[in-house]
Amino acid sequence: MKVAVITFPGSNCDYDLFKAAQQVGGDTTFVWHRERGLKNYDVVLLPGGFSYGDYLRAGAIARMSPIMEDVIAFANSGGPVLGVCNGFQILCESGLLPGALMHNDSLKFESKDVLLRVERADTLFTSDYDPGQILRIPIAHGEGNYGADTETLATLEAEGRVVFRYVNAAGETSEEANPNGSWQNIAGITNEAGNVLGMMPHPERAMEELLGSTDGVALFTSMVASLQTS
Amino acid sequence: MSQYRLEVRVKPRPGLLDPQGKAIHHSLNSLGWEGVNDVRVGKAIYIDIDAESADAALEAADAMCRKLLANPVTEDFEVSMVGTPEKTDS
Repeated sequence: MKVAVITFPGSNCDYDLFKAAQQVGGDTTFVWHRERGLKNYDVVLLPGGFSYGDYLRAGAIARMSPIMEDVIAFANSGGPVLGVCNGFQILCESGLLPGALMHNDSLKFESKDVLLRVERADTLFTSDYDPGQILRIPIAHGEGNYGADTETLATLEAEGRVVFRYVNAAGETSEEANPNGSWQNIAGITNEAGNVLGMMPHPERAMEELLGSTDGVALFTSMVASLQTS
Repeated sequence: MSQYRLEVRVKPRPGLLDPQGKAIHHSLNSLGWEGVNDVRVGKAIYIDIDAESADAALEAADAMCRKLLANPVTEDFEVSMVGTPEKTDS
């Protein structure tokens, strides 16, 4: 599995993603945002961080980077693209995913572990999870409040494109379990074709028992498995 | 070609939570302005541009808003002419 980790000025989870991809056997390379061409890769990862200092809006400037044209082409040709945190924000700004990530309704930057429910275990990112499995994964964001227009939200639900939701220990989508005010506790969504996943929580920070959780590992092994079967 | 100065106002769409506005609202209330009922925070972006005409300058700014300056999901925008850089740079 040849993996590209796109690095923008201000990315700060690029090494975590790099290491996570390596941990599952990925032949991983950093690709600077001004480079061009992603044809030789199997998977593209957009890391978290504060690209361009979150100036204007989170992800808005990074979306104009030269490499994003290649990311869009890669995604449109069916290649798997995962965006985490700022990567999710960039995917929304670029139009690869619908909607937007607004300021947390808590008015705070939220940095803590959250519980996620796996809504779809049949995507190329989640096949190694069980449907309904509860994961413990950290979040660290100020703008993770997912929203979109009513029609888009209805489409996301109707097409089953919500992959992860914030839940409580009982696995319910309660208001208390929602760290940022996201509509219907949405933590991660895919595009219509299912090959682009954006999520606010950081699976790449849940790869080792020593760091509190290994619940992120299956996301990366799922991608490996999807490439072996395709 | 003439020089124009444009003001672009980007503001959160009605009904959307505006955490900055909410924080300022609370602060104003606690400073004693109890009559303040709501605060919304947007941003103003000033653009100096060379264009064939005022209309062309406004049209360009409109395109800039659609492409980069505003996110249509969460923000509305308005563009207005505020003069020329020479006149306003005093």
